[in-house]
Amino acid sequence: MSDHLIRLTAAELGERLAAGEVSSVEATRAHLDRIAAVDGAVHAFLHVEGERALETAADIDRRRAAGESFGPLAGVPIAIKDVLVTEGMPSTAGSRILEGWVPPYDATPVRKVREAGMIPLGKTNMDEFAMGSSTEHSAYGPTHNPWDLERIPGGSGGGSAASVASFEAPLALGSDTGGSIRQPAHVTGTVGVKPTYGAVSRYGSIALASSLDQIGPVTRTVLDAALLHDVIAGHDPLDSTSIPEPWPSMADAVRRADVTGLRIGVVKQLDSDGFQAGVRQRFHEALELLERNGAEIVEVSAPHFEYSIAAYYLILPAEASSNLAKFDSVRFGLRVTPDGGGTVEQVMGATREAGFGPEVKRRIILGTYALSAGYYDAYYGSAQKVRTLVQRDFDAAFANVDVLATPTAPTTAFKLGEKLDDPLAMYLNDVATIPANLAGVPGISVPAGLAPEDGLPVGIQFLAPAREDARLYNVGAALEHLLLAEWGAPLLDRAPDLSRHELTATEEGAL
Amino acid sequence: MSEISAEQVAHLANLARIALTEEEIEHLTAELGQIMQAVEKVSEVATPDVPPTSHPIPMQNVFRDDVVGETLTVEQTLSGAPETDGSRFVVSAILGEEQ
Repeated sequence: MSDHLIRLTAAELGERLAAGEVSSVEATRAHLDRIAAVDGAVHAFLHVEGERALETAADIDRRRAAGESFGPLAGVPIAIKDVLVTEGMPSTAGSRILEGWVPPYDATPVRKVREAGMIPLGKTNMDEFAMGSSTEHSAYGPTHNPWDLERIPGGSGGGSAASVASFEAPLALGSDTGGSIRQPAHVTGTVGVKPTYGAVSRYGSIALASSLDQIGPVTRTVLDAALLHDVIAGHDPLDSTSIPEPWPSMADAVRRADVTGLRIGVVKQLDSDGFQAGVRQRFHEALELLERNGAEIVEVSAPHFEYSIAAYYLILPAEASSNLAKFDSVRFGLRVTPDGGGTVEQVMGATREAGFGPEVKRRIILGTYALSAGYYDAYYGSAQKVRTLVQRDFDAAFANVDVLATPTAPTTAFKLGEKLDDPLAMYLNDVATIPANLAGVPGISVPAGLAPEDGLPVGIQFLAPAREDARLYNVGAALEHLLLAEWGAPLLDRAPDLSRHELTATEEGAL
Repeated sequence: MSEISAEQVAHLANLARIALTEEEIEHLTAELGQIMQAVEKVSEVATPDVPPTSHPIPMQNVFRDDVVGETLTVEQTLSGAPETDGSRFVVSAILGEEQ
């Protein structure tokens, strides 16, 4: 029974909750049991709500019984990336400097999921302050990919993606600054969406790079992502970059999905030898499938995309070095006083030395350098010009096509530790995802199959013009439907049975 | 331009208020040199005729009426602080002895 509950999609679970066939307490307990069984191996969670989640679920059950009407995800459990502040739940952003900090307020997307009657299960692991592509930069140890526990789950939101892929949660919240929702989706066989910049409030999201960050859904199906997108999107006066106009229903876009006549542009610069053979193979098979079902595939050129990573690694550190100045040992988090005491500046220096990990220090120093007098125009200024050029590439492409398609990332999940000592190699993971953040346009990664050479998941990314998020749900849902018909079962049904790891661990413990 | 010295990294660390160890400074000096070399690629296309973009979606300033909204209580505000006196944040000495 409980194994059955955790395998339902969020939409299916929501329907059964609404029909009274299952209670939210039962659904929440099933997921907490699953976390207890497999999270020792996966390590997707930094904090699990436990009894408090059951109390929240009981409250929703009571209110529903009393006749209160709810949206489609009421009573459904959800995992929350630790970058979002949560009232009453520890929020660390994967950093030692915030260890044990319990915020006094909720981030707006968290408030919205609570108001929708969803049940927060806990907080998911991530690279420290979302700086990374593997969760190996978490101060609390890496998350493991449910498809192969020795491999990375992607990052920075590897915890959210792994929680969903290992059936610990039906869906999760993530954040995407250069691919932190989409790349983990790619390597875990799940769905991830970065909405248009400004579609979802950033209020209460611990900022990495304010002009790039966006909160979005992490799920197993496109419909679940759309339902969650509909819950969290919308104007928020507490975020000055929040888009004031109302949004159409993404769930409706999924239900009406049809690619007849849809013009899909393939970015030729991101369809190259630099991508793993199996990643390209599944990408092209997915495009052919869409073409057979009425879509038109055309090649487009985006000549400035190749400058995206360079621009990103100037803009991001510059903004991050400024945003992370708030961790000053005064208002929240860690305080380390040097031996024999010191001035407030020496205390700050000692606190930040002890509280930040190597990647965070690297990027703060890099950002401080890029913004320093004499270098500002050459570095930060030039990066902002590249941003204009990338936007122009998108504008030119979208004049001729409805959506763009690329492989989501160059390779399948690599081994933990493989790229940890080579920052530049790690940065290349985001080559296909970063352009969307620079231009503010929305993107989705949808499972496209397993790479034949290693049997690991591969995603396909679609990108749409700003404010046209519904197009992503249309094409994503259409492809998901066609692939499901070919496969006969969801891709995640082919993932290894994690409960065997649990048994092994128990047996080892007994010996 | 990508030549970065250990002295520069130490200066940047001081500006960023991170008391890096000598070993970290040495390591970062080598890494930053490599990273800067890679990111300098932006100068190939960032010509004077291209306007910079600071923000992906064009925006206007956002105003609201000047009325008191919901705010955190003093107790909530201080709840996560390393040291308080019950109504204020407590910090270490601002000035050193020599100042």
